Amino acid sequence: MSPLALILLACLVWLAIGLLGATFSRRFVFVTRVLFPAGALVAATVALTALLALLTQGDTPHTAMLPLGLPGLPFHLRLDALSAFFLCLLGAVAAGISLYAAGYFRRGQGSTPGLQCLLYHLFLASMGGVLLADDAYFFMVAWESMALSSYFLVTSDHRIAEIRRAGFLYLIVAHVGAIGILLSFGAMSGGTGDYTFDGIRTNAPEGWLASAAFLLALGGFGAKAGLLPLHVWLPEAHPAAPSPVSAMMSGVMLKTAIYGLLRVTFDLLPEQQWWWGALLLGLGLATALFGVVFSTVQSDMKRLLAYSSIENIGLIFAGIGLSLVFAANSMPLLAALALTAALYHCLNHAFFKSLLFLATGSVLHATGQRNLGRLGGLIHRMPWVAWLALLGVVASAGLPPLNGFVSEWLLLQSFLFTPQLPHGYLNMLLPVAAGAIALTAALAGFAMVKFFGVVFLGQPREEHLAKAHDAGRMERLGLIWLAAGCVLLGVLPNFVIAALDPVTNFLVGAGFAPAADKGSWLLLAPISEERASYSGAIFLGGLLAFTLALFFVVRAVFHGRLRRADAWDCGFPLLSGRTQDTAEGFGQPIRQVFAPFFRITREHPSPFDKEPHYRIVVDDPLWHWLYLPLAWLVDLGTRVVGKLQRGRIAIYLLYSFVTLLALLVFTTR
Amino acid sequence: MNPLAWLPTLPGLPFAGQLINLCAAIMLLLAFAMLAQRRIVTLINLFALQGAVLCLSTAIVALSTGQSHLWGSALITLLLKVILLPWILHRLVHKLSVKWDVETLFNIPTTMLVGIGLVIIAFNVAQPISEFAGTITRATIGIALACVMLAFLMMITRSKAVPQVVGFMSMENGLFFAATSATYGMPMVIELGVALDVLVGMVVFGVFFFQIREKFDSLDIRHLEEKTKQE
Amino acid sequence: MSLYAFATQLLTQLLELLIALALAPLLGGWVNVCRARLQKRCPPPLLLPYHNLLKLFRKDVLLAHNASSLFRVAPYLIFSCMALAAALVPTLSTELLFAPAADAIALVGLFALARVFIALAGMDVGTAFGSLGARREMLIGFLAEPALLMVFFTASIISGSTSLATIVGTLAHHEFAIYPSLAFAGVAFTMVSLAENGRVPVDNPTTHLELTMIHEAMILEYSGRHLALIEWAASLKLFAYSCLGIALFFPFGIAESTGPGALAVAGVFLVGKLAVGGFVLALIETLNAKMRVFRTPEFLGTAFLLAVLAILVHLLLEGGR
Repeated sequence: MSPLALILLACLVWLAIGLLGATFSRRFVFVTRVLFPAGALVAATVALTALLALLTQGDTPHTAMLPLGLPGLPFHLRLDALSAFFLCLLGAVAAGISLYAAGYFRRGQGSTPGLQCLLYHLFLASMGGVLLADDAYFFMVAWESMALSSYFLVTSDHRIAEIRRAGFLYLIVAHVGAIGILLSFGAMSGGTGDYTFDGIRTNAPEGWLASAAFLLALGGFGAKAGLLPLHVWLPEAHPAAPSPVSAMMSGVMLKTAIYGLLRVTFDLLPEQQWWWGALLLGLGLATALFGVVFSTVQSDMKRLLAYSSIENIGLIFAGIGLSLVFAANSMPLLAALALTAALYHCLNHAFFKSLLFLATGSVLHATGQRNLGRLGGLIHRMPWVAWLALLGVVASAGLPPLNGFVSEWLLLQSFLFTPQLPHGYLNMLLPVAAGAIALTAALAGFAMVKFFGVVFLGQPREEHLAKAHDAGRMERLGLIWLAAGCVLLGVLPNFVIAALDPVTNFLVGAGFAPAADKGSWLLLAPISEERASYSGAIFLGGLLAFTLALFFVVRAVFHGRLRRADAWDCGFPLLSGRTQDTAEGFGQPIRQVFAPFFRITREHPSPFDKEPHYRIVVDDPLWHWLYLPLAWLVDLGTRVVGKLQRGRIAIYLLYSFVTLLALLVFTTR
Repeated sequence: MNPLAWLPTLPGLPFAGQLINLCAAIMLLLAFAMLAQRRIVTLINLFALQGAVLCLSTAIVALSTGQSHLWGSALITLLLKVILLPWILHRLVHKLSVKWDVETLFNIPTTMLVGIGLVIIAFNVAQPISEFAGTITRATIGIALACVMLAFLMMITRSKAVPQVVGFMSMENGLFFAATSATYGMPMVIELGVALDVLVGMVVFGVFFFQIREKFDSLDIRHLEEKTKQE
Repeated sequence: MSLYAFATQLLTQLLELLIALALAPLLGGWVNVCRARLQKRCPPPLLLPYHNLLKLFRKDVLLAHNASSLFRVAPYLIFSCMALAAALVPTLSTELLFAPAADAIALVGLFALARVFIALAGMDVGTAFGSLGARREMLIGFLAEPALLMVFFTASIISGSTSLATIVGTLAHHEFAIYPSLAFAGVAFTMVSLAENGRVPVDNPTTHLELTMIHEAMILEYSGRHLALIEWAASLKLFAYSCLGIALFFPFGIAESTGPGALAVAGVFLVGKLAVGGFVLALIETLNAKMRVFRTPEFLGTAFLLAVLAILVHLLLEGGR
């Protein structure tokens, strides 16, 4: 059985599982304990198959045709290195999330688990479809069903008005994006009417039409990924969705947009312009900085993570942009390095962000709170979730020896060793861009310390937190799966790079796995060992060994005596959960340093208030600069158009008559 | 002929190019330090230091290339910008007692960020010029241009009169430096003329400061803006 | 790699680690002595830090009731991070066994890892001062870290490598050349090290005024061996930063080989340079006043921009080299 057929079958099994779930939606145990784990198993199969295909198949893609779709345009399918990599990502992360979801969905919260099961597996299958599609039509069908299934998943708690609004916003942005993608495919087919990707490849447009296609694709996929001006749906939709769905959306769905952009830019369009790369780089860096600055000032834990996703997407886009710049200047090896960094970061982000979103799901279940200001001290009640989340936090902050560091390291390496590009400004701006990336990474550390410290450490800020319970067995299993991924991806980068080699070979015609392979499997040295090298395994091993040795030496030489006492706190006696920093307090330095970024509204208490009240709201200024004026313009336009509506038949007849006349004159001229 | 021809030359001075580059870098560093400086007294000292570095680099150029008239401009720089002007400025500040912190119109990191942008532009603009110039100092044209732009930026972002004047004179430093690096200096007559201009300018400013302060009790130029609005 | 080379590199590596562990408290003591002398105070004994550490190790640990296991793990982890960092910096020789495992970027990551854990430990007990210190520490961290990275990038672009051994090797054994960009980088590095080690313009290591504390506020709840480890780690951090500064900007005298003679010479050079560095630090601390916490972003932002300028200046002036 060919890998393509196996993966297609897996997608069909997902659909079947979904349908089973919908049919037996009353049988709760069956749905949660059998169907979701079965979905996880299927996902693991997908990951394994795709990985094998990636490692063994070489350059020959598998193709197939389904007898479905439009007359004359059946569904074309294709499994090549690029789609195999993203399918591997989808399967590996979905396996963990499905395991977790088996323990997560409860009765009486939003839609019934049976319906969730249907939508969830439809979502998975349509993402698989997006990655397998080999013609524009099937791609759009899968894309739309992905958008719709995720919309219904987001609005599963549809009785809450806020969630309905968030879902609506998501739907609008998703469809504006879909229009962009559709138009981009139109521009690429160039009027030939051949919408298979093979057809597009052979008669792809050049010149301004190619640029137009790229820009439309950038807008369309950027809207899905959360690129800067189109990011607004992300921080609304992620908190609204149930946690496994947020994890899936943030971890995997955003990556399908990356996949689409890579497919269009590197595969379908034959020649890349360097300014596309510069544009992507600029947008990516702006998105990354914007996302991370906003994530540090959030007080809702899922919003914080959503903004952090925006940041990571920005970094990925920056990597792709750099790769484009190199590819357009025919420097394939460097293009491969930057692209590897971007793809690696896709994988890493998928793991650690899903892990963190799932952890918030457990916290939400245990406490019913998303607001950081009402959490705290959960490490005592939920040690499993806390320690696993700590791994995610360290990875997400880009700290060695976990996976987030490796991809940021590769990204910085590719920025650092820019040879003389034939663009003076670009040569000087690239090191500055590296500085922006470093700043982003450091700020991510701030956001993550805030997230972990406020949720899990300190004293509980509310009384009922003392009754919080740890995650169940299935939930734990899912978390462990993802955390293990974070560790393994960080410790064994050479395997990942070897697997990425066919992808970069396919996209930019070079891979640096042979160069990186010169050292041992322990050592990651992308160009040469003198130039740069890093070893996550030795790093982790050294750190752990030293820490353990230190522990025992201190015990042996001195003693291990320990007494419990009250906290010291400089002698301040009235210590309570209210004397700690709140989430707002912790974000205060950032608010002050980056004040021009925000729209801050404060409510100060007056001295005469019976119940003094302090409130601070930090808003996204883009709403006010971009979206509200846009809404106003649309409103204005509709009002102008509305004036045509007079309610008298004579006037409508007049309109038709004038149109008829105009058309006659126009056609006979 | 050149009246300064008796002065020493040392054509084979090792590392001359590198030393001049170092001086250029320090000039740029000082330009940024001035941009970021809040205190007027320190600002004037930095200005004097920049003059000293300029003097040093001119002297190195003179020594290594044998362009002996450059000794003259080095001397003018030393007298005027390291000794005389800072002294006048210190006196002014003392008499006007404006030792307090400089108010800036933008916050300092933003100004610095803009400054970095200007440096990038200056470096790139200067690239074609430095390819033409045949001097050993040609690489520093970009830096000289950047110094001019940064001084300009400082004049724009400061709201008090004294720092603006310092910015003005620091701009002149940059111009001098640019001339030295591109063509080994301007003809002596022009340099003398410019130096005199700066001096006269300083005196005019000095008189002007006292006038503004008598009128408005402050050196904040925003008062002047209000005045023009009223009229 | 032959077995002999492996063994000598391992020995050099261990030697560096031991020297760092042993000398780090001494450096702190030396700075305190210099500071006292410069301020016309009676100086404390040079070996006082060792006595303090010993005293703390012998004492019982008093643990707050709601301290979690993270709080107890953190000191060991932070100490390991700092010890590894100090061992990774090529102080005596560039031939180190673990040098390929972590380059300059990984070193910055190591510092960041320690910072994240100390900040988390500060928040763990849930006191007002702990979270205040943690937030300020992270504020300084997020500004200092990119600045430090940019300093390394300047050196990396000059030497075409991010590996510390190669950087230091290139800078030390290159034919004599003036790098104006390193002047910028040096100023930036000094500013970053002052901030990162909680030194005077940013933080005061000897303060006991709660509201101005940064580092001290985070570790208020620590006692006994935990506190000893953290104090020792802090002095290791100062040691590592001093060695970094020496290695990047004054690398002459470092050993190219791993022979005992070369190492001994390098050791003498190192001690001499550290003594001078400690005196300069004391001088800076004496000449400056501590700034308000919210001037810190400005201070570190300047450092960051100077480091960026260093790269630009390098591209302009030293592009051909």
